[in-house]
Amino acid sequence: MMAFEGLAERLQGTMQKIRGKGKVSEADVKEMMREVRLALLEADVNFKVVKQFVKKVSERSVGQEVMKSLTPGQQVIKVVKEELTELMGGEESRIGTAKRPPTVIMMVGLQGAGKTTTTGKLANLLRKKYNRKPLLVAADVYRPAAIKQLQTLGKQLDMPVFSLGDQESPVEIARQAIQKAKDEHLDYVLIDTAGRLHVDEELMGELKQIKELSSPEEIFLVVDAMTGQDAVTVAESFNEQLGVTGVVLTKLDGDTRGGAALSIRSVTGKPIKFVGMGEKLDALEQFHPERMASRILGMGDVLSLIEKAQTNVDEAKAKELEKKMRTMSFTFDDFLDQLGQVRSMGPLDELLKMLPGANKMKGLNNVQVDEKQLGRVEAIIRSMTAAEKQQPEIINSGRRKRIARGSGTTIQEVNRLLKQFEDMKKMMKQMSAMQQKGKKKGGMPKLPFM
Amino acid sequence: MSFFKKLKDKFSGSQEQEQTAEKYTEGLKKSRSGFSEKMNNLFARYRKIDEDFFEELEEILIGADVGFDTVMELIDELKMEVKRRNTNEPEALREIITEKFVEIYAGEGETSSELNIQDGLSVILFVGVNGVGKTTTIGKLAHQFKSEGKKVMLAAGDTFRAGAIEQLEVWGERTGVDVIKQAEGSDPAAVMYDAVRAAKSRGADILLCDTAGRLQNKVNLMNELQKVKRVIEREIPDAPHEVLLVVDATTGQNALVQAKTFKEATDVSGIILTKLDGTAKGGIVLAIRKELGVPVKFVGLGEKMDDLQPFDAEKYAYGLFAQAFEQREAEPEEETAE
Repeated sequence: MMAFEGLAERLQGTMQKIRGKGKVSEADVKEMMREVRLALLEADVNFKVVKQFVKKVSERSVGQEVMKSLTPGQQVIKVVKEELTELMGGEESRIGTAKRPPTVIMMVGLQGAGKTTTTGKLANLLRKKYNRKPLLVAADVYRPAAIKQLQTLGKQLDMPVFSLGDQESPVEIARQAIQKAKDEHLDYVLIDTAGRLHVDEELMGELKQIKELSSPEEIFLVVDAMTGQDAVTVAESFNEQLGVTGVVLTKLDGDTRGGAALSIRSVTGKPIKFVGMGEKLDALEQFHPERMASRILGMGDVLSLIEKAQTNVDEAKAKELEKKMRTMSFTFDDFLDQLGQVRSMGPLDELLKMLPGANKMKGLNNVQVDEKQLGRVEAIIRSMTAAEKQQPEIINSGRRKRIARGSGTTIQEVNRLLKQFEDMKKMMKQMSAMQQKGKKKGGMPKLPFM
Repeated sequence: MSFFKKLKDKFSGSQEQEQTAEKYTEGLKKSRSGFSEKMNNLFARYRKIDEDFFEELEEILIGADVGFDTVMELIDELKMEVKRRNTNEPEALREIITEKFVEIYAGEGETSSELNIQDGLSVILFVGVNGVGKTTTIGKLAHQFKSEGKKVMLAAGDTFRAGAIEQLEVWGERTGVDVIKQAEGSDPAAVMYDAVRAAKSRGADILLCDTAGRLQNKVNLMNELQKVKRVIEREIPDAPHEVLLVVDATTGQNALVQAKTFKEATDVSGIILTKLDGTAKGGIVLAIRKELGVPVKFVGLGEKMDDLQPFDAEKYAYGLFAQAFEQREAEPEEETAE
C-alpha cells in the first residue's frame, strides 16, 4: 500500500516534541500548520485553497483553543476538521424542480469524468426516490458510441432515451427532446452532453446555446474525484461560462483522498450534490461533508462503514442469530447466511480500509483478505447435505471424502473447517455467557476469518 | 552552449523534427501558458534567491501536479546547486530547473519510448482506471500502425461498460481494422483468447487489446485483469509485448497509486499520458517516473487521430519552456553577464 500519511500521523512527530514542554508556543503551532498544509496538498487540495485554509486554521489555533489545550494535536485536528466540514458543507442533495414540467438537467464536464454513467444513475435515483419519469437525452454526438452507451443504460433501467443519431446538432437534439417530454408527460429531461475542455470555445458555446434554449433547472458539473490541482481551473471556468448549480463527484469508490472536492467547493461556492460510489446504477449517493473531511485528512470513514452495515445486515436476522449462538444451535446454514451478509457489504479488504488507522495497525496494514479462501469455505459448506449442515457431528470420514470431492478441496481443508466451526461455537458460548453477566447485549459476533 | 539552445538546435533539424516539436508546443499551449507564465513571472519579480522565492517555486510545481515528494527533493537539490554555484541570481536557476526536469526523467531504467514490436505478432495490452481514454488511444495507435503498413487487429476486452464494444468498433471502421468481440457481459479473458487465436491465424502484426476501466483498489477486478494477461501469456510465450497503463493527465496524486498498483498486477511496461492538451500539466509523470521507473511512451495532445505522439522528455521540457526560452533568445546576452 502506498497510502499517504493522514493528518493524525503527520502531527505525531510534532506532538512528541511538545509533550513534556507543558506549553505550546507559536512556533509549535507554525510547525503543526506545516503538517496540515502537507496533508492537504497530498490530498490534491489546490495549493491556493490550502493557503487560505491554513491561514484561517492558524488564526484559530494560535488563539486560546489549541495553545491552552492539554491535547494540542487533537485540538488542531478538531479545528481542521470543523473548518473543512464547514467549508464543504451544509446543503442537502436535493434536485430542483421547474415550476412547469419538464424540469431540465444538463450534465457537463471534461472527457472521461463519467457524465453518461452519472446521467443513468441520476435517472434511476429520480425514479426510485422521487417517483419521477425521466427522459434521457443523448446529446453527445462526438464520442464514438456515446449514444449507444446511453441507450444501453436506458434499456437496463427500462427508461426512454431520446436520440437523433450523431448527425444532428446537440442544440436541436435538446430542443426536440424537451418537446417530446412535454408531449409524453415525462417530467425530467436529463441531457447528457459531450465531454469537452473548458478552454474549447466552440464547444463551450454549444453548451451555452443548449442552456439558453432549455432553461435548465440544474446544470451539474461532473468531476472525477481523482482530479489534481487543475480541478479548480476546470470548475471555475465551467461555472463562469455556464453558471453551474451543483457538482457530482465521481469515482469516489477509488482510493483517492478527493481533495478536489474542497477545491471545487471553495472556488465556486457551489454545493457538491452527489457522489458516485461504484459502477452499478444505484451507486449514486448523498454527499456528506463530514465524511469527506475525514477522508481528505486520511482519517478513515467509520460512518460509511456503519451505514453499510446497517443497510446490508438484516436486523431481525441478526437478533435471531444471536439467540442461536447463545443456545448453541448455530448451524452451517446460519454460517453461510452470515457469510453472505458480510460479503454483501463489499470486498472485505475494502471494508477494512475504511477503518481509521487500519493502514497503520500492525497486521492489518497488509491484510489481503483472501476472498478465494472464503470461496472455498463456501464451496465446502455448499457440498454438504441439508442434514450435515444442521448437524455437523454426523459428518464422518466417508462424508468428509465426499464433501472434499464435491467442493474440489481436500479432506484436510474440510477437517480444518469443521474444527474451526466447532471452536467458533465454543467461543460464542463463552462470549454470550460473558455478555449475559455484563448484561450487555452485543450485535454481530465476529466471524473467525475477520 | 546553453541547455535551451541545445534543445532548440535539436528540434530545428529536419522538417519532421520541427513538425513534432511544433505539435508539442501547440498541444502544450495551455499547460505552458499556465506553467511557464508563472515561471516567468517568478523570475521577473525576484532579484535574488531567498526562501520566499523557493516557496513560490514550490507552489508552482505543486500546482502542476508534480508529486509532492518529488517537488521537495527538487527544491532541496536546487538549494544545493545554488550554494555550489555560489549565486543568488534567479536567472541562473532557470536553466538548472529545466535540466533537472529532464534529468529526473532520464533517471533510472528504461527511457525509450519505442514500443517492443517483434517480427510476427506483437500483443499490446491497455490497462487503466475508468475514463482515462483507453479506447480512444487504441484507435489512434491502430491508425498509426496501419499507416506504417502493419496488419492491425483490435480485441474488445471491455465487456462491462455499456457501449464500449461499439466504441471500439467505430474505431475499427474508421481505421479499417478488424475487431474481435463477444457479447457485452462475456468473460474478457475469453475474448482475449479468441482475439489472440484469430490474430495468429490471420497473420496480424499487431493486436491491440482493450480492457474495461477499473479502479485499482477493486481487488476482484484487478484479479480479472491478471487473468486476462495470463490467457495472453499462455497463447504466446513472450506476450503481451507491452502492457501500457493509460493515465489521465489531469489526475492528481492518485496517479502514483494507480501506477504502482497496476504495475504490481500486470507488470506495466509503459505509460500513456492522455489529455495533455488543454488544461493538464501532467506533472505527476515526473513522480511516476521517479518512483517506479516506468517510462512514458506516448502523450495524447489532442482529439485528432494523429494527435498521439511518442513521448520525448526533452521535447516535453522544450514545449513547457519554449516561450520562456524564446523570450530569452530575443534578449541581449549581456544581461546576465557580470
